[in-house]
Amino acid sequence: MDFIRNFPMFSVVLSLFSGVLCTLLPGKKARIYTIAYECVLIAMAAAVLWLTVHTGASFTYVMGEFPAPWGNELRAGVLESAVALLFMSVMLCSVLAGKRYVDQDIDESKINLYYTILNLMTAAIMAMTWTNDIFSGYVFLEILTLTSCGILIVREIGRTTLAAVRYMILNLVGSGLFLLGVVLMYDITGNLLMVPMQHEIAMLYQDPGARVVLIMATGIITIGLSIKSGLFPFHYWMPDTYGWATPTSASILSSLVSKCYIFLLIKIYWRVIGIDIFTKMPIRNIVFVLGLCGMIFGSVSAIRADNINRMVAFSSAAQIGYIYMGIGLGGTAGFTAAVFHIMAHAVTKSQLFLTTPRLAEISGNSLRFKNLQGCALKDPNAGLFFLLPSLSMIGIPIFAGFSSKLFFGMAAADNGGIKLILVMLTMAASSMLNALYFIRTLIRIYSPGDDREVRIPHRLDYNIPMFALTVGNLAMGLFSWIFVGAIQQGFTMFM
Amino acid sequence: MIKLLFDVELDEDLSAGEDSDLLENVMTGAEVHDSTREKVKTEKGYYKDYVRRVQWTQNLVEIENSGFRIFYTSVAVISCALLIGMLLFTISFLPRYGMENPEGLDVVRRYVEHGLQETGAINIISGIILDYRAFDTLGESHVLFTALMCVTVLLRIDKKNMRTQYEDFYLIRDEKYHELYGESIMRGVAAVLLPCLFLYGAYVLLNGQNSPGGGFSGGAVVGSGLIICAAAYGFNSTDRMITRKTAGLIAFFALGFYSFAKGYVFFTGANGIENHIPKGQPGAILSGGLILPLDIAVGLVVACTMFGFYSLFRRGSIGKEV
Repeated sequence: MDFIRNFPMFSVVLSLFSGVLCTLLPGKKARIYTIAYECVLIAMAAAVLWLTVHTGASFTYVMGEFPAPWGNELRAGVLESAVALLFMSVMLCSVLAGKRYVDQDIDESKINLYYTILNLMTAAIMAMTWTNDIFSGYVFLEILTLTSCGILIVREIGRTTLAAVRYMILNLVGSGLFLLGVVLMYDITGNLLMVPMQHEIAMLYQDPGARVVLIMATGIITIGLSIKSGLFPFHYWMPDTYGWATPTSASILSSLVSKCYIFLLIKIYWRVIGIDIFTKMPIRNIVFVLGLCGMIFGSVSAIRADNINRMVAFSSAAQIGYIYMGIGLGGTAGFTAAVFHIMAHAVTKSQLFLTTPRLAEISGNSLRFKNLQGCALKDPNAGLFFLLPSLSMIGIPIFAGFSSKLFFGMAAADNGGIKLILVMLTMAASSMLNALYFIRTLIRIYSPGDDREVRIPHRLDYNIPMFALTVGNLAMGLFSWIFVGAIQQGFTMFM
Repeated sequence: MIKLLFDVELDEDLSAGEDSDLLENVMTGAEVHDSTREKVKTEKGYYKDYVRRVQWTQNLVEIENSGFRIFYTSVAVISCALLIGMLLFTISFLPRYGMENPEGLDVVRRYVEHGLQETGAINIISGIILDYRAFDTLGESHVLFTALMCVTVLLRIDKKNMRTQYEDFYLIRDEKYHELYGESIMRGVAAVLLPCLFLYGAYVLLNGQNSPGGGFSGGAVVGSGLIICAAAYGFNSTDRMITRKTAGLIAFFALGFYSFAKGYVFFTGANGIENHIPKGQPGAILSGGLILPLDIAVGLVVACTMFGFYSLFRRGSIGKEV
């Protein structure tokens, strides 16, 4: 039992070591090793989740000999372990389902480097999920920034390099703003660990001078992380980044990396600033409005896209808007809905990004709508794996997307007033737009083309992870109260 | 610049033609290499592609010169000015260091007063980064390694980013130039400088626990020594020391050792088990517990990274392929 408490530390250090190890392995062995150790990470996260649910309490893990205000710390509660478990499962599915495209897209001599970068990214995601120290968060955020550009440029075509440069510039702006915010907070509190910082901030908020600094620091951190995760005015890097990367990368970038930044932001709101103080800050309303704008503008851009990958990428921008709207609603209900949407969207969007290359492959390596005619009839499995997450994105009941929209609605009802009206109207409009472009695509891929009789054999190594993701999607739709209960328990531990 | 920062739909015109699939293949990289590239060149596609590219560039210039550019620049300038103003305004509210927020210095005071006793390092900075906050530094040393990996992925020569014949020509000319004439000034200076640099680098690296310095700075000095060596005597001289395989092995053993040593310390520290790493006599070269070996590991990685960047940018590989 006590040994399980070491698992968060093991998962970070093991991932770092695996990254270095994969440079020495040949490509195929690196892939097998990566898959094996990701299974180990999933088992570890599941064990930690079991422990925290079982004991009903979170625990902190001292990294080294020096306790809280002096050394680094990790912390594991229900929320962290659930998010880590989900992230690792999605990552494993992405690696499994996309491995054939990785072999196609990436030069043979660099495949092991791809898995190296992927493992370092895993380490960063794990560390950012478990950390109890804001500066450790920054260090691993740097690794995440670099690796997310790395898994993008590895395809080595002009478009990915261009997209990576743009992504890098915006990401570095985000990192810089985040660091400035951390520096400002360190200057007034004198601490970098989350719990002592929260105590200091609770006292300092009474002082009007320190309050200005605090609001500024929170604002800068929010802007930095929202640039990185692609909130409304900063979402223009998304289509190229997600649309041209190799499918595994696109799936991981859209469903894990941007979510990881949002999770760190939520963690900072709850564990550093304190949710009571955050609720009083005006930042909440700005985030709320930007989230609403993102929901509309992301969907409008998705309708204008002429390429299926760009459409799915712009739809990501809309979904990020939903998450920030939940944060803006505030309160346990709003944050619970936001975290539930992080999970639902991670499962759904990774599946979409892993299916589009399969559809393109069937229709002659083209992602354009006009060439996709009838491709779902050629490979019914791929069609189904596009159909189900699309329905979830639109918000059809029994799928995860419906549950998350329901929880957003309930959180808004808790709030009442103008926010309720805004949320309801925008969510209705956004759902309509979602339905518009997804159903258009579905009609396109299901209407028979010229060469209907060509049937392409399905592939088992691709179908199994996709089936797992579908099961996850349905489970989150049908048994959503289990997930929401766990998230709420996690937030009570966050206090 | 517009294209870089915003996704202005410029490629609409580019790809709207009749045979846009060919172009799309070129842009998506589907079978773009070898045979396809030849085909594209010989067939009509190449010229059409070229014409479109010219038109696309003209469109770009047009848009950059139009009102959007003025709007874009003014918004950028205004938001930057706003950010700077707000930050300056915030700074005026910060407490004067150590005077107005004494309780904010508790952590620092402990580092200064008990650092030597608890870590065995006279240089408190080394004690903080490699002992108190070792987890951050574990991440930080992997940041460098990650950067090296990303640059390798981008720049190392493979079938996909094969250099053109012109670049080959320049490279061969460069190498020949080095062999035949040498850079006499560079070589003369390097002959004097190199021994001092390596010695100084080793000194900074090994004395990290006792005086300012340590892995990051010592590694940077050693790395710049390697770069000067390569610049003055050509890559043949460094290839004898560093091949791709040795660089990989150095990084693997240094970072692997780092992870395991720190994993051991984290494990023993968190579980209350005594770790058997001696602190040593403060001031001696073998002191500070794990600080010295970790400094060496970090130094090796930093030196490899710096030299690796230089070598990748100049010739597209870290060292000779073995």
